[in-house]
Amino acid sequence: MTDVRQRTSPLEWEYAPAPEARDIVKFQERYGLFIGGELVEPRSKEWFPTISPATEEQLAEVALAGAEDVDAAVGAARNAFENGWSTLRPAERAKYLYRIARLLQERSRELAVAESLNGGKPIKESRDVDVPLAAAHFFYYAGWADKLEYAFPNRRPAPLGVAGQIIPWNFPLLMLAWKIAPALAAGNTVVLKPAETTPLTALIFADVCRQAELPAGVVNIITGDGSTGAHLVRHRGLDKIAFTGSTEVGKAIQRELAGTGTRLTLELGGKAANIVFDDCALDQAIEGIVNGIYFNQGHVCCAGSRLLVQEPIAELLIAKLKRRLETLRLGDPLDKNTDIGAINSRAQLERIRELVASGEEEGAEIYQPPCVLPEKGYWFAPTVFTNVAQSYRIAQEEIFGPVLSVLTFRTPDEAIEKANNTAYGLSAGVWTEKGSRILCMAQRLRAGVVWANTFNRFDPASPFGGYKESGFGREGGRHGLEPYLRFEE
Amino acid sequence: MSRLPVRKTYKLFVGGTFPRSESGRTYEAEGQNVAHASRKDVRDAVVAARKAFAGWAGTAAYNRGQVLYRLAEMMEARADNLAAVCSGRDEVDAAVDRVVWYAGWADKLAQVLGSSNPVSGPYFNFTVPEPTGVVAILAPDEPALGGLVSRLAPALVGGNAVVAVASETHPLAAIELAEAIATSDVPAGVVNILTGFRAELGPILAGHMDVNAIDVTGAGDDTADLERAAAANVKRVARGSADSQSPWEIASFLEMKTVWHPVGQ
Repeated sequence: MTDVRQRTSPLEWEYAPAPEARDIVKFQERYGLFIGGELVEPRSKEWFPTISPATEEQLAEVALAGAEDVDAAVGAARNAFENGWSTLRPAERAKYLYRIARLLQERSRELAVAESLNGGKPIKESRDVDVPLAAAHFFYYAGWADKLEYAFPNRRPAPLGVAGQIIPWNFPLLMLAWKIAPALAAGNTVVLKPAETTPLTALIFADVCRQAELPAGVVNIITGDGSTGAHLVRHRGLDKIAFTGSTEVGKAIQRELAGTGTRLTLELGGKAANIVFDDCALDQAIEGIVNGIYFNQGHVCCAGSRLLVQEPIAELLIAKLKRRLETLRLGDPLDKNTDIGAINSRAQLERIRELVASGEEEGAEIYQPPCVLPEKGYWFAPTVFTNVAQSYRIAQEEIFGPVLSVLTFRTPDEAIEKANNTAYGLSAGVWTEKGSRILCMAQRLRAGVVWANTFNRFDPASPFGGYKESGFGREGGRHGLEPYLRFEE
Repeated sequence: MSRLPVRKTYKLFVGGTFPRSESGRTYEAEGQNVAHASRKDVRDAVVAARKAFAGWAGTAAYNRGQVLYRLAEMMEARADNLAAVCSGRDEVDAAVDRVVWYAGWADKLAQVLGSSNPVSGPYFNFTVPEPTGVVAILAPDEPALGGLVSRLAPALVGGNAVVAVASETHPLAAIELAEAIATSDVPAGVVNILTGFRAELGPILAGHMDVNAIDVTGAGDDTADLERAAAANVKRVARGSADSQSPWEIASFLEMKTVWHPVGQ
């Protein structure tokens, strides 16, 4: 008889490579800016390479939009708003969004491969989470376009005009969908700036807009770096800015827009507590903890980066968690077996290293499973810190990497105290079999999203956004329309 | 026989009590010496508000509505006193009616502003409004009573604790209102009212790290500077009008919380 224990021992598992076919994506050598319905050469005359963080190979060259380019994009968006889009019958507007949703589904494999190549995330995540959710957002908001007066009865909703939108590199296409779908449904036109390191799926999306025959200028996409974003924020021809990114940059934007009357929504950082009670379904919780912090290499603003474990099960849970980490497969983002892909950029890798070093210096105990990191590219092994004090930087600052800090608690009150002891307030998790406790904890946690017995779930119907320094405004659901409307009540 | 009237000393309203400014200073407004609040008074008021916040936010909505209705009763009872320090009885009547109107919203907000969300997965997903926390209000100079009430009531009904800076030129109505609040069932510290110079107090509140939102309706030319300072801790900034009455004014001081509750056997 085969020894079952031996056969299922995690360390014995081996996987043959199962790479997703890469040739479904054909990047252009060079991408201009998507302004007024076509890719145009940047007036700045500047270009920069975009790479795969897993191999450091160059994938394409993209334009670096300067002030004049930003101005041209805003002008094109204004023109499109005033000459057609804002007066188009809402039902027709809806149909454009449905078309986009359908095209995203049709090109989903191409988009998933492009996302994993350019961003470093595992193909199973881009294929099963990012791209389907992006399409779902367009489907969801398409249906709202001609029903706005039911979403906001007696308020006479009207579009704002032109929205400037700045998105991060962790979920490039999905964040694009979170921004563009509600803006267009509400009747606005947009200028979207993808993150410096992940412009390629946004540029494929430009082609989707062309295929959908979306009127020129309704969506404009300007690639570039932080300077491009700054030009956009400083452009006074915008009616709204929506930003997703770091709290530091969010504060700078809020300062910049002071007194201008430009509408603003911010979705910023987080340091979410994932609270595990001793009565939880432990193995399920382990999976949730892993998903909470190692999903997308921890490049998630709502990541469950602070694990709060009730003392009676702390030892057992940490042992099980360490064993589970040994089974995580780190490597080629295009391999369908891969759990942990590449860190998005060298700069981010350095930030993670710096914070992890601070954790060791401050006295926390580090654990990393045996794990071979590829030679080229940017990689960081999944990491768990125990013996963490609340004052440590790794318990206070957002690491935005695959690094978990474990703290313990005895009573629900103590868990709440510790969970809320942060300037952030984006998300939180609760693991318990007791329904009344779930709702009690959910009430007392100062966070915009609370997951019970799950983590990192997203849905276009579900509003998402933070308390405190995690930002203001909501994306998703009926609430996600409001930032893109004015009311003539 | 003549009788010497007992004069009122116009003081601050902090943590349910009426202290003088710790600075010992006063300024003259409407022919009276009024407390001239200092940085320390602002800090004390924020501490009092923070302490009161959890209890007020946790009060059942139905109960919160009744407390606000009781405030309207107390204002009505002092209508003559209030009328003497604002534009007159019409302003008082409107202010009382406005408090009654907002009182009725306490237990309806969640139904109008919240939602249950049909997500693709085995979860009961719902969104509920919650108070933002400690809210700073810079009341418009005029109307002296109506302006403050119009900004204060929506913040209160949602469950926030408030530090309000009274009209600088017409502060007496705010003090009179504080006396109505002190004799109503509004818990100590839920409303704190400071008198003094807005140009001094506004920036302190806007930059205070334990204030979650600021209403700059009465800020005038200082609005942009205050908005800039408010970014220090990503404060929510409300810019309203001195005479509005709308559930969306309440929403300016609310956060939307979404909960994913598992569905299973």
